[in-house]
Formats: sequence, structure tokens, C-alpha cells
Amino acid sequence: MATVQEVCSVVRSKNAGPYWVTFDLFFKGPEEFERYAQHPALGPETFARLYGADPAMVKHYPVPSLNMIKISYARTSPQGGEVERDMHRGQQYVRLLPVELN
Amino acid sequence: MIPSPTNPVVVLVPSGSLGAGVRPDEVRYGIDQGAQVIATDAGSTDSGAAYLAKGISKNNRGAVKRDLTILMRAAAEARIPIVVGTCGQAGGDLNLEWTRDIVVEVAGELNIRPKIALLHSELTRETVKARNAAGRVRPLPPMGPLDDGTVDACDHIVAAMGPEPFIAALEQGADIVLGGRTTDTAVIACFPLMKGAGAAASWHAGKISECGAQCTVKTIDASGVLLRIGTDCFEVEPLATANKCTPHSVSEHMLYENSDPFRLIEPGGVLDVTDAQYEQVDPRVVRVAGAVWEPRPYTMKLEGASSGRFQTIMLVGIQDPIVLNDLDAFHDRMMRVLNDRVRATIGEAAGDFHISLRLYGWNAVSGEKVPEGTPAPREVGVLFVATAASQEMATQIAKACNPPFFHMYMPAHPEMPSYGFAFTPADIERGPVYEFRLNHVVECDRPDELVRTEWIDLKLEEAA
Repeated sequence: MATVQEVCSVVRSKNAGPYWVTFDLFFKGPEEFERYAQHPALGPETFARLYGADPAMVKHYPVPSLNMIKISYARTSPQGGEVERDMHRGQQYVRLLPVELN
Repeated sequence: MIPSPTNPVVVLVPSGSLGAGVRPDEVRYGIDQGAQVIATDAGSTDSGAAYLAKGISKNNRGAVKRDLTILMRAAAEARIPIVVGTCGQAGGDLNLEWTRDIVVEVAGELNIRPKIALLHSELTRETVKARNAAGRVRPLPPMGPLDDGTVDACDHIVAAMGPEPFIAALEQGADIVLGGRTTDTAVIACFPLMKGAGAAASWHAGKISECGAQCTVKTIDASGVLLRIGTDCFEVEPLATANKCTPHSVSEHMLYENSDPFRLIEPGGVLDVTDAQYEQVDPRVVRVAGAVWEPRPYTMKLEGASSGRFQTIMLVGIQDPIVLNDLDAFHDRMMRVLNDRVRATIGEAAGDFHISLRLYGWNAVSGEKVPEGTPAPREVGVLFVATAASQEMATQIAKACNPPFFHMYMPAHPEMPSYGFAFTPADIERGPVYEFRLNHVVECDRPDELVRTEWIDLKLEEAA
């Protein structure tokens, strides 16, 4: 059993404009990319569970040349709104690190 | 092997954002390498809607003035133009005018007399509503169709410019072009496009270099990059000679702050980098080819910012082990006590108020329950945020909450606790909540039809 943290060298999150959040997951190498890039635990349901994302608004892009995947979802609360806790969304990736990829 | 660019256009990108700190030695290196233009972005939506709603800069004035002084001196000596996009963080008229005043001040101090073009892309609410009524405004996901109420709520609205208004200003002899809201890529792509470089190469180079040295591998702290843009390819090189670009560092930047790593939508087209190739041609330089520019009907992306309800905040630090050993219960109990207190003391007049407690050191960033068995932290900071219809009411709510926020008992407390306020007065008026309200594009028949160009010719003003 492996976690996102164990199979990736870098994981990061950031705003992509005021209405989208984007995650970049760089796998440690081609083997990890091959094995985990399409893993269901990195699918829309996980983003719905962790971040309240609408599963229909989660986009998933494998980038084989960089052994990475980009996952983006539409923000569920406005940037800088009344309940903002992470203006640039730069801390959101942390909750993805322990996700298990069985 | 990608053939080297023929007759490349040389663009100096001094930093990721004006005011972040350009470096005189880097600028000197770029000029010595034959830079034909200095191009830099000066803003972003990334830090939130307040800068557009209020028309203020995120950066300190002195920092922007310092950068402009270095760039304007170098550009005047080398007789090359400077182009700046998204002036003053948000690119609204107030942000642009703030930047203009600094440029004019610096020109006076340097004793130079540049011809300055100001590109205004702020739109009135009436213009946006008229375009919308004419069916020329389209929503981008996740937004729906635009209604007049949303437009009326905006304090300021800008449209993101493409390269064309910059090119027009440069062709009319501008030494310095200060742009209102501009796409990050367009301000870098404008000069090479004007000089006949390839469209895909110019736009792709713009995206790669929009954050300056972020697309490089740094052995020393550095700010900028140099671009050599040809017909079918471009090269990128760090301005700091100790640093290098690698295919990985360059291609990786295509991912940055994009929701789609392959397709970038710009005014007048889409840049597709699916088949791009990145090649190391020298220990410090990467050559890039293979992107495709797909022309599209011209659109400009709209950004609008509004100010909403008001907030007042308080902050305490807590090291009390009774609280730290049961933080979730403390949070829930405090929420109950504070809401009851507001209802009991202010009542109906408080309106549809909202209280939020963020436990820094525990779960403030996510707001979610921490996993079972998480050890107690050494201390927490508790941020209290009251939101209400007016600043006065938000502050009255904070004041009503002050005693229990300061002293609330937990069942195990043998006597009244006093949590550690950081300030007096304890309540801090934070002002309104600012939000972006638009995520739409406006269709244009011409790239400049929503742009107003204003000229300041210091040479003529001197003569007059």
C-alpha cells in the first residue's frame, strides 16, 4: 500500500484564476506515473470528499513527459470570501498527501 | 534537434512582477546580450479581489519605484522600450494611474523624457451591461450567464488585453507602455509579434517567462530571464549567469497556475503545447518548439470585484493544557457561547451575522476535524472573525463576544481562565470582504474597441 506522499517527489496546489484550484502531482519516476496516474483514488470522488468539489467539475490531465498529473477543480467558495482560510490555495495539497493508492 | 531561431527577437523579462525586485546586474547582462525590449507583468488576480475593488497596489510604492528606476535607466541608455502589463496589481484605472505617477516621478529624477502610452482597459458597468444585453458576454465555467445585478455589484471591472494595443502604442513611438489589465503572456508576446516572430513561439515564450526566473534552476537567488524568439522556436536563458534552464524547469512552468497544462486560452486564440519539445542546447539555455497557435474570434476576459459585508477580528493565544487537550470541544463550546451571547445582547439588530473561529496550530487552514489521536499542540492562536452588514455591527458583535472569548470556562477549569489577547483594543476592524464577481468573456470585433489609449509625452511637455 502506498500513499500519494510516498510515490510523488513534489505535490503542490495553487489558484488557477479566482475560480479554479489546481494540483500538480509529480511522480518519482515513469514507473510510479504508469502505475498511479489513473488511480481511482486520484479521481473526482476524492476531491469531492476532501474539498467538497463537484465531481463533474474535476479535470484530470496526465502529462507523461513530466511523469506528472494535473488535477483541477472549480472552487466551491469564492476566493477571499467570508469563510476564506487559504487565499492562494497553496496549503490544500497537504490533505492529499496521506491518500492511499491501493 | 531543433534548429536555432533565425533573426530572433530578444526580450528581457526582468522579474515575475514589477516591484518584486529586479537586479541591476541581471538587467545589464540582458542588455549586453542585445535585448530589444524590457517586458514585465505587474499584477495578478492571485492575491484576491481587494486590489481591483479598491484600486490599490499590493506592492509597496518604494519597491515599484526602485524597480522602475533600474529599468527606465537601462532602457533609456540602450534606447529600447519598456512594456508593463496589469499595472498596480489589478490593472484598473486607479492602479494604472498610481503606476503612471511613479513613472513620471522617476523620469524627472533620471532627467529623461520618455513618450508614455497608458492603455486603459477598465470598463464602466453600463458598457458591460450593454454588451451583455447584445449577447456578447459569455460565461466561463463554473459561472452561469451574467445578470445586471452582478455587474452593478462590482466596484471596478476590467477586461484583459491582448498584445494588439501594446503593438499599436509601440508603433506610434511609445518608449514606455503602461497597460491596464493584460494577460500575463500578452505583455511579453507583444514586441516579438510586432517584429514578425512566430505566433506560437511568441505566446509560448510569454507563458514560460511570465513569472521571470521561476522557470529556471536557481543556484543563486535571481529574478529574470532572456528570450530569443524566432519564427518556429524560442530560447530561454536565466539572466543570472550562475543559473540555468533545463527542459524540466522550462516545461514545468507551463503547468503553473493553469487549470489545463496543454491549452492556454488567450484573446484571439488558443496556445496548444501538447506537442511542444524542450531541448538543452547549452548548459544554461533551453530551446523550445512545437507549440501551435489556433486563431479564434477575439474575446477579452472580464474581471470584476465587489465589496461585500464587513468583518471585525480578535486574536488570542492559548497555552492552557485544559483547552489544548480538548480543542474540538473548546471550539464547539465557544461557538455556541458566542452565538448565544450575540443573540442575548444585540438580538435582532445583529441581523444575519456570522462568527467563525480559526484555531491556528490545530486546524485553521482546513477547518476540518483533525484525525483521532492527534497529539495536543504546545499552543494555539484563535482567530475570531465576525461578519455583519456594517462595520459598526461587526465591531459591536466582537465587543459583545469579548468577555467569553477572553474567559470562557471549560468543565475542568478550577477557576476563570484568561486567554492571551495580542492587542488592545482587542477588536480590529478589518473592512469589507472583497470578492471577484465575473468569470466571463466579452466578444470583440476589434482588439482595441474596449481599450482607451492616453499619451503622456514628456518631451513635448518639456518643450511646452
